[in-house]
Amino acid sequence: MNITGTGIGQGVAVGPVVRMAERLPEPVDRPSHLDPEREGERARASLSVVAAELASRGAKAGGAAQDVLEAQAMMAEDPSLIDEVTTRLATGKTAERAVYEAFASYRDLLAGMGGYMAERATDLDDISQRVIAHLLKLPAPGVPSPGHPFILVARDLAPADTATLDLDQVLGLVTVDGGPTSHTAILAREKSIVAIVGAADAASLADGDTVVVDAENGLVVTEPSPAAIAEAQERIAERAARLAAPVSPGALADGTPVSLLANLGSADGAAEALRLGAEGVGLFRTEFLFLDADSAPSVLDQQQLYTKLLTAFAGRKVVVRVLDAGADKPLSFLNDAPEENPALGLRGIRALRHAEVILREQLTALAAADAATDAELWVMAPMIATVEETEYFTRLAGELGIRVAGVMVEVPSAALLARQVLAHAAFASIGTNDLTQYTMAADRLLGTVAKLQDPWHPAVLKLIAEVGRAGIELGKPVGICGEAAADPLLAVVLVGLGATSLSMSPSALADVRASLARYSQDDAKALAQAALAAEGAAEAKQAAQAAASSLTPTGTRVP
Amino acid sequence: MVERTVRIGSTHGLHARPAKLFTQAVASSGAAVTISKSGGTPVNAASILAVIAQGIDHGDDVTIVVDGGDEHVVLDRLVELLSTDHDE
Repeated sequence: MNITGTGIGQGVAVGPVVRMAERLPEPVDRPSHLDPEREGERARASLSVVAAELASRGAKAGGAAQDVLEAQAMMAEDPSLIDEVTTRLATGKTAERAVYEAFASYRDLLAGMGGYMAERATDLDDISQRVIAHLLKLPAPGVPSPGHPFILVARDLAPADTATLDLDQVLGLVTVDGGPTSHTAILAREKSIVAIVGAADAASLADGDTVVVDAENGLVVTEPSPAAIAEAQERIAERAARLAAPVSPGALADGTPVSLLANLGSADGAAEALRLGAEGVGLFRTEFLFLDADSAPSVLDQQQLYTKLLTAFAGRKVVVRVLDAGADKPLSFLNDAPEENPALGLRGIRALRHAEVILREQLTALAAADAATDAELWVMAPMIATVEETEYFTRLAGELGIRVAGVMVEVPSAALLARQVLAHAAFASIGTNDLTQYTMAADRLLGTVAKLQDPWHPAVLKLIAEVGRAGIELGKPVGICGEAAADPLLAVVLVGLGATSLSMSPSALADVRASLARYSQDDAKALAQAALAAEGAAEAKQAAQAAASSLTPTGTRVP
Repeated sequence: MVERTVRIGSTHGLHARPAKLFTQAVASSGAAVTISKSGGTPVNAASILAVIAQGIDHGDDVTIVVDGGDEHVVLDRLVELLSTDHDE
């Protein structure tokens, strides 16, 4: 049987289940034989012991966990909560019952608010349990220590538990409750714990059951066959090897090359990118040269920095993006007029055109560095919206000695007219973060609309497909630079849509390389078609996953 | 008694970490402080539970009332905390 949930990360784990102790029963509502003052002392003592415990666990854990645990410690000694407890004790209830009811009232209040607040309700349940256990002189609920490595199965983990997990013992983690934004998910991601959250049917798992936890596919495989266990172990070893092994150029299963490139913000990251197998640079951001500067750096200064970068990537492709600034990243010498909507304002190529001397100097410095080194320099302009801007940039770049000049496709208009745009450019590189922001009309920096900022959305994929198709027809390369390329499955979809190179943070290269190697060109196209036909981002991802599992049954993976 | 209305700066509103920082600052100020969403009932600002139960989001306007102690200094400090984005 398979139990489904939300997988966190790409890992796989296999091992025996150890369940976390079930919660304490609800304290019986019976009259106390102590007076309210005495019960009040008991309650306050236990609340402060638990608060101190949580705070000290926080201090031990550090990082994000510490904030969460400190907040919980404050909740345990919260003045409003203690008022609620005191009110109940006055009616003759026991300390256990009064604490239970007081926490439950806030718990219900938060749960009723839905979303993020409802997920915080779990924190209150956990504190309540700890306080009641202390009142009853029972061991505090927490992570078991069976003395051997295990898969921890719990209703949900409290932050106090995730923060102090012994990662040598806990192979994986499965929770019945919790969503992708729960503390468990956040901390599992931060600590790279193989985890599946919100797996409702995991409640049926018993101690000692061997399971496979497959976070990549959001799956817990129960009663796995020896073959399934062997396959899981092979994947664990593969992934470990992938992260450690020497690297090969990116390619699909049928040998179709897909260049895997690095996104870099300074020449300093070059050695690390090469070590992780970058075949070149797909996006070199030049803003760092200009930020903190009152005036643009001189041609000579720029030339030296570009020469350093190109030397590090001798014989390889390096795609440099000219200065991408605007009201969101204001530079005093370029554009410092405040704007209501910086994302829609004078930025990218628009700002450079406005201050053409900066663009001319940057292109001149790049051409000189190119002439002095062996790397293959490509240069592109950000925020291209029209064919006319494309012509302007590529003509100017050509005049100043740039051999390969292209455009970034981030604005939907450029994607929709990709054929006309590419007719005037040597290549296109799709910036999926901005393309998604502009397609979905959702500010990429605003948490409240984060759900809309998903590059899996078929509307975004459709625009990418336009660019891919134009690239194939005109024989021009189409790259992807942006978070989307770092998602191993979405990377396959992007190649299916016509992308010829993928550029990402170097740390994502290994997983993407391995993912590409599992699919042929036809497979990638089938995945892309499945995603394009979906109704929304989540459905597109599911459709691609379904298509992937029907295409590549276990065992056909290319080594 | 002094009061001021301020707009919440944290991206995810006054929950979790920002709420913790705020109630910690209130508790350590020694003053009696209440917080209310526009049109809402004021609650004890030293109570993290009462504060998060207000469901205060990014961009909401809240009114802070400080009573006792070095009122103006405390108010300035709390207003600054609330208008800063702690989720960056």
